[in-house]
Amino acid sequence: MVTREQELVRTVVYKHPEALEDVQTHYCPGCTHGIAHRLIAEVVDELGIQDRTISVSPVGCAVFAYEYFDLDGVEAAHGRAPAMATGLKRVWPDRVVFTYQGDGDLAAIGTAEIMHAAARGENITVIFINNAIYGMTGGQMAPTSLPGQRTKSSPMGRDVKIAGYPLRMSELLADMDGAAYVVRRSLHSVREIRKAKKAIRTAFMTQISGLGFSMVELLSSCPTNWGFSPPDALKWVEENMVPYYPLGDYKVIEAVKALE
Amino acid sequence: MSAELMKGNVAIAEAAVRAGLEAYFGYPITPQTELLEHLSKRMVELERVFVQAESEVAAINMVYGAACAGARVMTSSSGPGISLMQEGLSYIAASEVPCVVVDMMRGGPGLGNIQPSQGDYFQVTRSAGHGDYHPIVLAPASVQEAIDLTFEAFDLADKYRHLVFVVGDGLIGQMMEPAVMPEMRPIRPRPDWAVSGKDGREKHIITSINLGAERNEAANLRIQDRIRVIRENEQRSLEWNIEDARILVVGFGTAGRVALSSVKMAREAGLPVGLFRPITLWPFPEKRLAEIVDGGIQAILVVEMNAGQMIDDVRLVVGHDVPVSHYGRLGGAVPLPDDVLHEIEKIAANIGLTATAMAG
Ligand SMILES: Cc1ncc(C[n+]2csc(CCOP(=O)(O)OP(=O)(O)O)c2C)c(N)n1
Ligand code: SF4
Repeated sequence: MVTREQELVRTVVYKHPEALEDVQTHYCPGCTHGIAHRLIAEVVDELGIQDRTISVSPVGCAVFAYEYFDLDGVEAAHGRAPAMATGLKRVWPDRVVFTYQGDGDLAAIGTAEIMHAAARGENITVIFINNAIYGMTGGQMAPTSLPGQRTKSSPMGRDVKIAGYPLRMSELLADMDGAAYVVRRSLHSVREIRKAKKAIRTAFMTQISGLGFSMVELLSSCPTNWGFSPPDALKWVEENMVPYYPLGDYKVIEAVKALE
Repeated sequence: MSAELMKGNVAIAEAAVRAGLEAYFGYPITPQTELLEHLSKRMVELERVFVQAESEVAAINMVYGAACAGARVMTSSSGPGISLMQEGLSYIAASEVPCVVVDMMRGGPGLGNIQPSQGDYFQVTRSAGHGDYHPIVLAPASVQEAIDLTFEAFDLADKYRHLVFVVGDGLIGQMMEPAVMPEMRPIRPRPDWAVSGKDGREKHIITSINLGAERNEAANLRIQDRIRVIRENEQRSLEWNIEDARILVVGFGTAGRVALSSVKMAREAGLPVGLFRPITLWPFPEKRLAEIVDGGIQAILVVEMNAGQMIDDVRLVVGHDVPVSHYGRLGGAVPLPDDVLHEIEKIAANIGLTATAMAG
């Protein structure tokens, strides 16, 4: 008879994803970039696409993402990942190409590239890390910083009279006819992380099925530059970011619904 | 194959197609737009990739992506667009991936105008982006040369995994001339180093970041090593009436072509004048120029459609041994053969050469 203990040993409940290198990352303790990486790697494993997936890393804290994914990869100029992904995907249409971009990268310097990639219905997947701050350069205001949010370049809090209003990218991109799947999820709790993984899977499936542009926006934390402990940072995401950036599905075309 | 009447821009586009161009990304700008328009039809017909990008910034980064995938890829533009591409060009050079960029130079600075110019000589030969490198720069002076150099540009890009510019001025792009197209070549296989999905091998990464001074210096030295080889092997130029010349006219592209007419007129008048026309602007054909100058040149006239840019490279070769002067038209104006002849005559008088003395 097999004991419950033996049964558990036989069933793998947790393992290091194949598509994730077994190395230490340079991310700060408690940063959600690591969680996002792991979710992507798990999805790549589950879909069996490690051998034909190409990552496009951004300029930002995730500039070395290609060192953490066990995938072919390139590193784009700041904001240009969707253009670079376009070049890659157009000449390798049967490969899976995804970009991994921060909010400064995607919603400030690279706004034109992301909008037009979506408008063209570029058959790529975008993982958008919205942490409401410029992490890599040390905590300046991002296009997604909340009104009133203190940053290194809005020390008295983001004054919308001076700095204008945050961009809600999922809402904007959902409006594009070429967008097939655009959703916003969050990484602030286990429950939300599970939902985020499911969305990432659907986004990759959208691309594999040739249905067009897919993006998963992930509300993320930057404990270091926000000046919070990791748990408090997650609480800040839930209490301050989620109300401004409502979680949900902003665009799911019928053909994508049929995939789920 | 017989010669056909062709417009420069269209000829370059078609030559690229025949060289096995797999992907083109571009944004309209005069005076290169016919190139993009031709490819919008041809590439689609041939089931290859054509994308009209949202900007030159996007176009060059699409080129970067396709180049990392190992595809033969090209973009084309003119001054304002080439300025926008600088960051992407620098990433491409740092990543050591091949691609071809066509620059049909127009009158600058600023929006300037759409008339032919050579005002971007510094921009393309010095680096065409931040950091330490030079692209290979090819400068045709006729439609046939534009075809031949474009065809070859892709092989040079592959050979050195480097950025290759084909630069014309608006005139080369717009003029119609009889020319012969090469045969269509099959698309070459993608190179081994390409990013393609790691399928059964170690992963491939293409990046331009090298943290730490030592690592980045090592990467720079590798680029410089390659640049040294290019400098050694790829200098090209053409010359006319050099043997007994005492005055040497130096000009590239359209200015070189105009200068040839002036040199012929000067010869008819009995003046010992020759023409040196660089084909590679980088590497500048310094070896051949030095030999010619050593052969008894007493004065040099550099003719350009700018305020004096290539003249710096000429001076680097000849130093103070020989007086070097410049004749340039700016902002879209093209020099006339008579005006260049007049400059030649002035120089001849200065150094005590007269047509009659020569005839004797
Ligand atoms: C053209 C250019 N401008 C500015 C920078 C400097 N820079 C590097 S990362 C960055 C912001 C990154 O913020 P974000 O995209 O939000 O990513 P995070 O670091 O927060 O993950 C900036 C401005 C650069 N590298 N290139
Ligand atoms: S600076 Fe912020 S975003 Fe960057 S690694 Fe640290 S916690 Fe993460």
